[in-house]
Amino acid sequence: MAQKGIREYDAKRLLAKAVPEISGNKLRFNDELVLVSPETDLETLPNKHTWLKDQHLVVKPDQLFGKRGKNNLLLINVDYDQAKAWITEQMNRQITIKQTNGETSGTLTHFLVEPFVPHEKEYYLAFTSKREVDVIHFSTKGGVDIEEVWDSVVTIEVPVLADPAEVDIASHLPDIANKGALSEFIKVLYRIYCEFHFAYLEFNPITFLNETIVPLDTVAKLDDTAAFQCAERWGKVEFPKPFGSSNTREEAYIASLDEKTGASLKLTLLNPNGRVWTLVAGGGASVIYADTVVDLGFGNELANYGEYSGNPTTELTYEYTKTVLDLMTRTPDPHGRPKYLLIGGGIANFTDVAKTFTGVIRALEQYKSKLQENKVQIYVRRGGPNYKEGLESMRKLGERIEVPLEVYGPETHMTRIVSLALEEVSR
Amino acid sequence: MKDYELFTKDTKAFIYGGQTAAVQRMLDFDFMCRKDEPSVVAMITPERSGFELFFWGTREIRIPRITSITQATSRYPTADVMINFASQRSAYDLTMEALNSDSIRTVIVIAEGVPERQERILAATAKEKAKWIIGPATVGGVKAGAFKIGNAAGTMQNIREAKLYRPGSVGFVSVSGGLSNEAYNIIARNTDGLNEGVAIGGDAFPGSTLLDHLLRYEKNPDIKMLVCLGELGGTAEYDIANAVKDGRLTKPLVMWVTGTCAKVLPGQVQFGHAGAKAKAAIETADAKNDALRKAGITVPDSFDDYHEKIKQTYTKLCDEEIITPAEDFTPPNIPVNYKQATAEGLVRKRTNFISTICDESGEVHNYCGVPIDEVIEKNYGIGGVIGLLWFKKDIPVYARQFMEMVLQIIADHGPAVSGAHNTIVAARAGKDLISSLVSGLLTIGPRFGGAVNGAAEHFLYGFRNKLASRDFVSQMKAKNVRIQGIGHRLHTVENPDKRVELMKDFARSHFEKTDLLDYALSVEQVTSQKKNNLILNVDGCIGVLFVDLLRELKFTDTEIDEMIDAGLFNALFVLGRSIGFMGHYFDQRRLQTSLYRHPLDDILYDVPSRPEKVG
Repeated sequence: MAQKGIREYDAKRLLAKAVPEISGNKLRFNDELVLVSPETDLETLPNKHTWLKDQHLVVKPDQLFGKRGKNNLLLINVDYDQAKAWITEQMNRQITIKQTNGETSGTLTHFLVEPFVPHEKEYYLAFTSKREVDVIHFSTKGGVDIEEVWDSVVTIEVPVLADPAEVDIASHLPDIANKGALSEFIKVLYRIYCEFHFAYLEFNPITFLNETIVPLDTVAKLDDTAAFQCAERWGKVEFPKPFGSSNTREEAYIASLDEKTGASLKLTLLNPNGRVWTLVAGGGASVIYADTVVDLGFGNELANYGEYSGNPTTELTYEYTKTVLDLMTRTPDPHGRPKYLLIGGGIANFTDVAKTFTGVIRALEQYKSKLQENKVQIYVRRGGPNYKEGLESMRKLGERIEVPLEVYGPETHMTRIVSLALEEVSR
Repeated sequence: MKDYELFTKDTKAFIYGGQTAAVQRMLDFDFMCRKDEPSVVAMITPERSGFELFFWGTREIRIPRITSITQATSRYPTADVMINFASQRSAYDLTMEALNSDSIRTVIVIAEGVPERQERILAATAKEKAKWIIGPATVGGVKAGAFKIGNAAGTMQNIREAKLYRPGSVGFVSVSGGLSNEAYNIIARNTDGLNEGVAIGGDAFPGSTLLDHLLRYEKNPDIKMLVCLGELGGTAEYDIANAVKDGRLTKPLVMWVTGTCAKVLPGQVQFGHAGAKAKAAIETADAKNDALRKAGITVPDSFDDYHEKIKQTYTKLCDEEIITPAEDFTPPNIPVNYKQATAEGLVRKRTNFISTICDESGEVHNYCGVPIDEVIEKNYGIGGVIGLLWFKKDIPVYARQFMEMVLQIIADHGPAVSGAHNTIVAARAGKDLISSLVSGLLTIGPRFGGAVNGAAEHFLYGFRNKLASRDFVSQMKAKNVRIQGIGHRLHTVENPDKRVELMKDFARSHFEKTDLLDYALSVEQVTSQKKNNLILNVDGCIGVLFVDLLRELKFTDTEIDEMIDAGLFNALFVLGRSIGFMGHYFDQRRLQTSLYRHPLDDILYDVPSRPEKVG
């Protein structure tokens, strides 16, 4: 939702189409670029993109991560055969990359191939948005970590109600060659940034050759909520998952259920050996339950994060609960200690609590012996339409399946069951 | 109205969109608050004008539907709020239109997924015009005892329990709307209640911010303490810390930023809200809670003692006599909606209608319990469907085939018969399909198409009374009644009617017994001796075989009599012959025939010169 990263390939493809359109064909933008995926046939690729054979090339992974040079994932000034050999070697390779916020592991699957452009000057150019203004950053010291040379950065703020076509760029730029042409180009890029609903657009570095801007590295995010009005302008844009995010089978299953319904079902497995499991209704409440487990000092015992909301059917809550229970009861705690299941939620607006609990209860009943085997203790807290009936069914269920089960309603603070369970954990 | 107030007891609002349930909930809230008038003056629905009926307590009232914002504002210039339920596609344009109107001052945008640039333009435009936007992507909020936005605050039960029908001393603002009910509950249990609550919506660039509303509450003398619930992502919470530091916010504030669990989650987790994603260290929940704490705001250690902090702050204000707890009253009852009461098993009523042949209220509609898809898949055919809907029986294949055979045979009998003639005359008079068809159907009765019915009745009479065929014929003769179903214009014993032969063969090879047919044929032997064209004709054959079929299907004599009495045979004739009548109608239309007028020379005019005088 909202701001989504796109591939460098898509960003450049989009700009190559947009720059001539927005500038009235006065400006152009390199459109020689190709994306290689595991399905690409590298033998026949040059038949369609003949420039691959005629030019020296740059090759790099295109999977929403930066610092590719520092991670030895950048191939510069090679011919097609060398590029082909390198891609073949790197494709599907498991790697670990170092980024500003730590290490991430994942598989290489997509590569961007472009002509190699010999150049001297490396600039920095970025467009971002704040609540009241758009911000254009420019520096003549590109190609490095821009935080390190922040003093050199020129900042232009454009109020959100200003006309992008009337923005004065030139007077803000430092004295450099081609300043007029460059500022015209920046203005066109800014108009595209606005009109194409970019949420972020950064070129580091960018160079200016033969009266045209040549972006060497590009990072971009689009506001995907604008898809309904930008479908044609964007063309077929992919919104890949961040590098290294892979789903377990269970997470993928819940995600597939989530896609098929108007309701919302989310599951992230944090620590399969954790002893505190959550089954929480509502996006806001689910965050608070997880927060409270962490804030009370038991983040290491938190097994999962997830939520169900938007009035899911009985069948969906049943499937969701079953998936969580299955993960929870695979192996009893090696030290024989109990596990804790928090069936939580705030006060629902209109969701029928009794109805949604039907699916939860059906799954719990099915897992009766597994729950006993794993010494599971259950804590329930919920409010909203028909909550009394729902809580009563839960209470009866506890007696029926002979699993310790405590039930609370809106008179009890929402996260009280977290502290109740955690008092047990620390015992 | 004061500049810090968006809603009062007198606020009048427009609802953009056809959200009747939301309007009713607002009216129920108004009624519970003991207001004199509803807060909704009109619904703006471009597709329809007129009015919509709502309940005001137990009484029904009309609320107009108006097709444009311009018309709505000129008709109700005192309404200054618009609750915009339009979809993400049109929410921006309509909100802009409302902001540009003279009278609308506050727009609540419900839609999720409004593009961020459009949200920012809306926010900037509202600011420029000194107007307010709440949302997008919000459920809205509530001004206790005064005004409720759309579906905010949930069910009436919740509103009653959280005492939202009268103002308390607490001003609340949150990002999330989903948690606002929980927050109102916490506030009701730990203070004298909510004064005003707003959910600004979960997008990165909401039309108004947490601080915007806190500053409003700061100026409102009725609000004595502030409660706020923030969220990871963005930096809006720092604005609040700064406002406390520079003295713009002085009232006691209890605040918590959710999302502290993000640090144990893998990667950069995007929670449900578009804005809920920390892109830098300062955007994390921990950093923001720290900054707020340092600014002197009351921040709990976790959400688990949020309510304790609220209670402590409230108690202190009471002790200092800054707060005099709000007085309570028992709000009027809101009658439960019939639908809801039924669901909860609280009411029952007698039905005025009953259907035992089909049910379309489930997921798949059914014919007498057979789902419609099964009817198709298992080739029930027209005969099988007649079995289900007329007889309420799943009849065997031969019975279905027999009925379809009958329908084919009686589908048409030329343009000269009275029914077809009427249809053609009506069609030529320029009447539509239904009128022309019905004009033909109206002739069906004892004389036209009635022979089937009559034959069944006559032969059943003889058969049941065990009259020998010869005696039956003489009895009928003595009564001067022509036996129905006997006699043909052309066909004779020697030159039998092919259709009759086909039906007889079919019945003999498929029915276990053909008692009435056998009886009718024994009668035919007697009549045909008198004249060789006095044979069992098509109508007679259908009549007797149909009775035989019903007997095969185990209907009792009484049931068969009831069906004949209810017009079953006419039904069969009407169904089959409608095919022919419609054929004649289409034929006349294709031929573009002109109005029919009967030739004068075909009419005998035998009118007396003067009428006889009487009386």
